[in-house]
Amino acid sequence: MTSQFFILLKFELLVAVIIFILLFIKVGSSEWKNKTVLNVVNILLLVNLVAGFFMNHDGELFGDMFQTTKLIELQKNILNLGALIVSAQAYSWLKNHKHVLEFYMLLLSTLLGMFFMISSGNLLMFYLGLELSTIPLAALCNFDLEKRQSSEGAMKLIISSAFSSGLLLFGISLLYGSTGTLSFSELSQHLNGSSLQLFAFILFLAGFAFKISVVPFHLWTADVYEGSPVPVTSYLSVISKAAFLFVLVSVLYHVFKPISVSWYNIILLLSVLTMVIGNLFAIRQNNLKRFLAFSSITQMGFILVGISGSSQMGTASVVYFLFVYVFSNLGAFGVVAFVSALTGKETIDDYKGFYKTNPFLTWVLTISLFSLAGIPPTAGFFGKFFLIMAGAGKGNYVFITIAALNMIISLYYYLNVVKAMFMDANENPIEKLSVNTLPKLAMIVCMLGIISIGFIHPIYDYIYSLSFGF
Amino acid sequence: MNLSLLILIPLLTAIAILFCKGLKQVRSVTLFGSLVQLGAALFLLYAYWHERATGNTTQMLFEDGYVWYEPLSINYHIGVDGISVAMILLTSFVVTAGVLVSWKMETMTKEFFILLVILSAGAYGFFISLDLFTLFFFLEVAVIPKFLLIGIWGSGKKEYSAMKLALMLMGGSALVFVGLLGLYFNTYTSSGTHTFDIIPISQMTIPIDVQKIFFPFAFIGFGIFGALFPFHTWVPDGHSSAPTAASMFLAGISMKLGGYGCLRVATYLMPDAAHYYSPIIIVLATIAIIYGAFATMMQKDLKYINAYSSVSHCGFVLLGIGMLTQTSINGAVMQMVSHGLMTALFFAAIGMIYDRTHTRWTAQLGGLLKVMPFISTVFVLAGLCSLGLPGLSGFVAEVTVFMGSWQNADTLYRIATILSCASIVVTAVYILRAVAQTIMGPINNMHYLSLSDATWNEKFAAAILIIGIVAIGVAPFWLNDLISPGTQNIIQHTISAVTLK
Repeated sequence: MTSQFFILLKFELLVAVIIFILLFIKVGSSEWKNKTVLNVVNILLLVNLVAGFFMNHDGELFGDMFQTTKLIELQKNILNLGALIVSAQAYSWLKNHKHVLEFYMLLLSTLLGMFFMISSGNLLMFYLGLELSTIPLAALCNFDLEKRQSSEGAMKLIISSAFSSGLLLFGISLLYGSTGTLSFSELSQHLNGSSLQLFAFILFLAGFAFKISVVPFHLWTADVYEGSPVPVTSYLSVISKAAFLFVLVSVLYHVFKPISVSWYNIILLLSVLTMVIGNLFAIRQNNLKRFLAFSSITQMGFILVGISGSSQMGTASVVYFLFVYVFSNLGAFGVVAFVSALTGKETIDDYKGFYKTNPFLTWVLTISLFSLAGIPPTAGFFGKFFLIMAGAGKGNYVFITIAALNMIISLYYYLNVVKAMFMDANENPIEKLSVNTLPKLAMIVCMLGIISIGFIHPIYDYIYSLSFGF
Repeated sequence: MNLSLLILIPLLTAIAILFCKGLKQVRSVTLFGSLVQLGAALFLLYAYWHERATGNTTQMLFEDGYVWYEPLSINYHIGVDGISVAMILLTSFVVTAGVLVSWKMETMTKEFFILLVILSAGAYGFFISLDLFTLFFFLEVAVIPKFLLIGIWGSGKKEYSAMKLALMLMGGSALVFVGLLGLYFNTYTSSGTHTFDIIPISQMTIPIDVQKIFFPFAFIGFGIFGALFPFHTWVPDGHSSAPTAASMFLAGISMKLGGYGCLRVATYLMPDAAHYYSPIIIVLATIAIIYGAFATMMQKDLKYINAYSSVSHCGFVLLGIGMLTQTSINGAVMQMVSHGLMTALFFAAIGMIYDRTHTRWTAQLGGLLKVMPFISTVFVLAGLCSLGLPGLSGFVAEVTVFMGSWQNADTLYRIATILSCASIVVTAVYILRAVAQTIMGPINNMHYLSLSDATWNEKFAAAILIIGIVAIGVAPFWLNDLISPGTQNIIQHTISAVTLK
């Protein structure tokens, strides 16, 4: 029993141990230099990532409160990878920051929360993990201590997530009232599609929609993204969203399977709204962080297309897309984070003529944007193709056509950034920047991922073999 | 012959260019790569004839395949028939000529040649694909390099043109995407899965209602690539803003992706719908032919003249496909090859003139024959081929299309044929006028007297394309023998579809 406890909770325990190590470093030796701390933390995160691939067992703990399967382990590995890349990219920003250790403690607490949330088999555990993963995020958003915008973003995040948690709790309580259980496996047996349960489901979904910033629950996104330090923004837009989407898929496919007809229509509506409105707003942005915020909203719309497929293909395409998305979005954010940390320039106009001075960074950003737009041979092409293919399995081709046309609109603004970097003239472009080893390594990892994932088909085959649907 | 080589050679060339230092190394590596590719294409032709001569009558030769995404039954599946071989030969001719013409490129040479090579890899991959996923993958690979090529090295309102071209072509491929998905989910193999593979799909009977829904997606999608009216507007802007080699690629290869896709995917896989929509295609193609011809009359910029005449000429391709007789489809394929070579030659000549005189306005040019006889001759040859002079490839292709079209006895088809024939007169007017204004007459600008004639690389480039044009013009039966088994297959497929009904 005890050995099983340690093995099943391996991911969570490892992260908790790292948090404690950092705490001891903080208490015991306040003399450490920032660079040393950063190197130690990154090594710890690397160990954490590698350890995630060994000694995995499926099983349940604490009744059915906590469960783990191969797919859940894979999802946790994806999150670990993302966290490591974000941490490596934060290097140039954190090396002069006063509170490095606190930053990592908070960051890892959210990761811990996400792990519990993904593994939850019960609404209580789910809620616990969710709160653990969001509250420290608000503190992280505030980590540019001198900037007013940063605290404004943090306030917006805390208020909107408190509101969405309220909706979620209301939904949970109604569900409990009408079914008498909080366990996922029992819930699905008691759902009969009564109007009370549908109402509860809508509240529940609205809570989720806030977290993954789906239109019309997206209004906090742009301001929070703009105010937060760039590494936190990339963490919010990739890791945190990926975790919520993993849970959303399993909740929709397992728990709410009996009312799948109703949720299909809701997801369809949300998806179309998200794609269209996210696109229209993204076109108008000049700040790259806001731009990436709205583009990530659009991406959520595409992911909902995949989720609407409700087949094995659907789960596989969502997990696969998010795996690819980690590389493509973090590649883009990596460049923006680096340039912003060194020069403070963040608008598209600043990036005009970027290619003349920084060809390497330009190619990294360009390839990442191509991957986000879904242009072959980048991995984003395969991700998008499979998402929309999964959606097409339902046979609703009007919906699929809307999605395909939205890909073209999104291509327009991605190409606009590329155009600015390659073609537009600028009298004082961003000067030549020399990239630190660690961020450079992170960028190269992202590039390798983007270019190679589509051609390494066992990755998809493996994800597909773990996936579920109905 | 291993067909994957056709994709590997350009990719290896691109990687080699990446590690090159200096202008000289970059362009000699690129030229070497494209010559190797030309050799591979010629060897493919030889191997193809050899297989056919030894009595191998399978529909596709040199098939090869790997499982790519097994759960979705997506495969990397390649193979060629005569039509593909013709298109591959066309591509390798145009690529080699394009590299030679860009010899003097000096800004960001490395990036320029890498993008050119990647673009050609996309085209080769497209023409050899027998799996719709692979085909779509390569179709999109061949779009985005054009955006960068036009936007960075172009002239005029290049950013606007580049964006317009990229968005319209990607819009086309989005439509194709929906069409392909619709096909995929309506195929049922014996093992109960769906398939993207062209050969099995062609042997299935897909319900006619399904075909009617998805044929327009695929046909319009590919049609945008092939300048289908009214989606042709990217053609003039894109061509005129692009650097010379990119214009040659665009008109010579990219527009052929559309024609080939309309034929191989839309018509071949959805034959019932092809019959059903045939009148609409004919009307649109006729409008494109006539509108394109008259629009060309109004142009004063040489590149615009050739771009609009491309709209008109590509109309013949779609007309031939829409007519659905074997001769007309034969003609459509011949027109693709002929137009590819001819228009590439035309753009090359215009590029050479522009490099020297720095103007493309017909009014500012004149009397060039006296100062640059070689370039002027090339220009005249391209023009004559465009207006359909017997002995050159344009004549053969257009006559075949007309003969095939006339076999359709229906009134609408007859009217369309007659109108399209009449457009040849308009073509003659604008071509002869352009030749007269630029090549003949007195020299307008005394500064032109000091200009030099073509250099070795330009002569070589022009020679490659002229050989192709003359060979097809003098001995059309070579090309005809090459493509007719392929077209016969397609036409039998569409006829049997109708009789089954």
